[in-house]
Amino acid sequence: MMTAVSDQLHGASSPDALTREEILASRRQLRRRRLVALGLVAPLLAFIIFAFFAPIATMLYRSVYNPTVVELIPDTLAALGTWDGTGTPDEPVLTALAIDLKRLANERTAGRLGEEFNRALPGTSSLVKSTARKLRRADDAELAASGATMLGDIDERWTSTDLWNAVRETGRSFRETYFLTALDLERTPEGGIQLRESARIYIPLYIKTLRIALVITVLTFLLGYPLAYYLAHAPPMRANLLMVLVLLPFWTSLLVRTTAWIALLQTNGVVNSLLMGVGLTSEPLEMMFTEFATIVAMTHILLPFMVLPLYSVMRGIDPSYMRAAMSLGSKPIPAFWRIYFPMTLPGVSAGGLLVFIISVGYYITPALVGGTDGQMISNIIAFHMQQSNNWELAAALGALLLVLIMVLYWVYDRLVGADNIKLA
Amino acid sequence: MARFPEYYTLWDRTGIYALRAVAGLVLFFLMAPILVIIPLSFNAEPFFTFTEGMLAFDSEAYSLRWYGSILENPNWLLAIRNSFIVGIAATILATTLGTLAAVGLANSAMPYRRLITALLLSPMIVPLIIIAAGMFFFYTRFNLVGTHLGLIIAHAALGVPFVIVTVTATLAGFDRSLYNAGIGLGASPMRAFRDIVLPIIRPGVISGGLFAFVTSFDEVVLVLFLAGPDQRTIPRQMFSGLREQINPTILAVATLLVLVSGLLLVTRELLRRRSDRLRGV
Amino acid sequence: MRLTSILVGAALAATFATTTVADDLTAVSFGGAYGAAQKKHMIDPYIAATGNNVLFEDYSGGIAEIKAQVEAGNIQWDVVDIEVIDLERACSEGLVEVIDFDLPPGDDGMAAADDFFPEALANECGVGVIFWAIIFAYNNETIGDTVPTTIADFFDTNKIPGKRALRKRPQVNLEWALIADGVAKEDVYEVLATEDGQARAFAKLDTIRDDLVWYDSWSQAPQLLNDGGAVMVQSANGRIFGAIQDDGAPFAMVWDKMVFDLDVWAIVKGTPNKDLAIDFIKFATNTKPLSGMQDVAYGPTRKSAAALVDPSVANDLPTAHIDKGLKADGIFWADFGETLGEKFNEWLLQ
Repeated sequence: MMTAVSDQLHGASSPDALTREEILASRRQLRRRRLVALGLVAPLLAFIIFAFFAPIATMLYRSVYNPTVVELIPDTLAALGTWDGTGTPDEPVLTALAIDLKRLANERTAGRLGEEFNRALPGTSSLVKSTARKLRRADDAELAASGATMLGDIDERWTSTDLWNAVRETGRSFRETYFLTALDLERTPEGGIQLRESARIYIPLYIKTLRIALVITVLTFLLGYPLAYYLAHAPPMRANLLMVLVLLPFWTSLLVRTTAWIALLQTNGVVNSLLMGVGLTSEPLEMMFTEFATIVAMTHILLPFMVLPLYSVMRGIDPSYMRAAMSLGSKPIPAFWRIYFPMTLPGVSAGGLLVFIISVGYYITPALVGGTDGQMISNIIAFHMQQSNNWELAAALGALLLVLIMVLYWVYDRLVGADNIKLA
Repeated sequence: MARFPEYYTLWDRTGIYALRAVAGLVLFFLMAPILVIIPLSFNAEPFFTFTEGMLAFDSEAYSLRWYGSILENPNWLLAIRNSFIVGIAATILATTLGTLAAVGLANSAMPYRRLITALLLSPMIVPLIIIAAGMFFFYTRFNLVGTHLGLIIAHAALGVPFVIVTVTATLAGFDRSLYNAGIGLGASPMRAFRDIVLPIIRPGVISGGLFAFVTSFDEVVLVLFLAGPDQRTIPRQMFSGLREQINPTILAVATLLVLVSGLLLVTRELLRRRSDRLRGV
Repeated sequence: MRLTSILVGAALAATFATTTVADDLTAVSFGGAYGAAQKKHMIDPYIAATGNNVLFEDYSGGIAEIKAQVEAGNIQWDVVDIEVIDLERACSEGLVEVIDFDLPPGDDGMAAADDFFPEALANECGVGVIFWAIIFAYNNETIGDTVPTTIADFFDTNKIPGKRALRKRPQVNLEWALIADGVAKEDVYEVLATEDGQARAFAKLDTIRDDLVWYDSWSQAPQLLNDGGAVMVQSANGRIFGAIQDDGAPFAMVWDKMVFDLDVWAIVKGTPNKDLAIDFIKFATNTKPLSGMQDVAYGPTRKSAAALVDPSVANDLPTAHIDKGLKADGIFWADFGETLGEKFNEWLLQ
């Protein structure tokens, strides 16, 4: 730096124009600074790509890619080849399946095939598994000669068109079926797309999730706004002291707070004992394992995320605006609505969007206090990951949730600015 | 309390009292659930509620048995140890990489700054269940599921955004000419960074580290998907306890955790003041 | 800076310390009173006798977690206590190892093949641990004037108002629904194999839908009864027995149409600790550890262990009530577990 500056002082013939060397030097310097900056960021970027983005990408890939059936019954699928989707496929196809099933029964993988078929055509898992069990000890030569007849004899469903459409459907490694299921859609026999005829599950659940998130956002706003207002206008000493009461819950473990709500809301819990003690109810109220419990506990947990941005916006508002309004004759309450409240809107949108985004993806609290009707979309994703082992559907539901979050994040970025996330 | 200006009507004054009452109630709503569990953790009975003896302040109704049962249970001890191992290692990883990156991002010559910042902050926004599912699929390929290392990497990724945010905030008040002066006096960039930049941003670094630690220490969704029985952590142990077998040991652990968070809060507050002083705010 | 390096060092040292003892055995069972009995009579004596370390973990049953481990290829568990109602499915789907080793003779010297009751070795993938039963129970203090005596009463909200709790899975619940709807217990599985029978079972569950509470793990059953979450709960008989015996809980059991079953120790397919797992199973299914299961009123699976059962407990064992019950059909659930599981989950979400 020093040398560059002294060169400039001595070597410049005209004070305005830079020499070629100077331009080059400054370009070199810029390039060096850029390299240094990149070098500093690169390790973290590489780490995040490995630790975070690659997993997300894998999940997105899983939502459309599932080679299980292709790997399990390659011969059947090869024989099925050009079947047109009407009637029953030719005998060699059925024979190939009979042979594949026997092999699967002995490899103990018939269950996986049954599971895949079952997702395309409910009820098929039991058919696959019981047939495989019966074919397990079948004679190879007999199977090769009359496998098709044997299948038909075990169960006539093996000759149905629906079943073979399911085989063909699941026999593609790349498929959009999981997204269709996640959107409560299904394919018609003719290949079109329609709303699922049986129970519609996921769209109502997304709507319910958004509704719960909205209720929580509104509640945190209704509770948080007066508190933030009070804190922002209290004398600094008292405000700092009371702020601790907001920050301590914020820093307290999520599970501790959820535990507290379980202790409070249980049938024989603190709230019920209190209500019955003062004689407000004679019977304990059912609060645990309901949507009510989910909403109350999450409102409590997320309230600081609303209070903190509101507080910091309110602290920055010049009190002279309100004074000016009132000295011009406005009453305090109209002045508040017309002058003060609009100035706090950035805080409202920051806090509101933050609370909304966090609640849409919430898992732990609904899982512990929500029972059956307080479950949200994250819980069903966890369910398909851990209980039903339908990982592809979990991935598709996750991908949709991700899109939803991205849209909300984009709105947040527009309104608030992503780098303005404040941490207490 | 009659410090209201004269032009306040009765209606306005009532409004202000109402505001006070509401603020008080909301603070009560925030604190009461956390305070309730503390006495409950000394319950002599295996219940989650106040017994008659407890309400009568009968000393027989209180006991330390649930604290004792933490120490007797090897699963809790393992969980405590794992929480610290994973938390500290993830914090070090996140803080080191995050601080370097924040310094790089503060440099005006950094290309694609906005995009890269958004990318590095995104682990904070994506729902944990999505991260957990993705990591389960991806980490399996590298045999990282069911290992401490896998969990450390996962938690470090979650902690990174906090480090970036806090360090960037301290760097925003940093006067670059101090660094330039150091270089001008003949220091190497490394030395100038270590002796000039780092001491000034240190409160931000430590504060980011604290956030990263708390994130890991409190995290349970990724643990549920990525940890085996060997890697159980305190929140994981609490989660299964709440799901399967509720007993007040969890309340005892919760009380200890409230103490920990109180300590962390105080630490961070002290750091914030120091940082403000250093930056001359 | 020095503090940081100390912390780094400590963390690294601790990480290595934990990885070097990673060849411990991980045994997984149901927790609660049953888990406590297994810890006392199987896990702790095994650790004392061999010096091997055992991590004893709880789960809430079913095959999902084992399946996830096997299909993803990261095996976390070594030995699992599985209900036989789930075992055939786990075995036919290749999630557990075939038992291909010889079991030691009983303490009285009788060869394993003769000493074990035949049901205990009937499945090639597990070694029987207990005979147990799924019953329902009520709390004398909350039930009111009419007490239930049959499974039909469980489904009769007019006769017995209030919440009833069931374990959140189709197994046993669908059987009970059909029996309560009038199907003879001998025909239950035959009816349940048909579409109409399945619809009938779900329709019966629908009638009490609003009064149902679902729980995940067996240990929640006595808790729900205790803290008023339900007036009647489905439970493993030992959990209720334990609550009555140890805590003096005012519970009563209904044995009518109980579903009896076995639990086995099984080895998760592909575990790197298979030898240790075999060693553990040999130890844990011998006479003395098995006889300890009477602590929670579960019948031992060896004759030599059954001989050690205290006569005062005999009437609380499922074996004393066999005539009132039906045997859980593992093969049926191996075939229909997936199909009915999906239907059940859809029904729950409706």
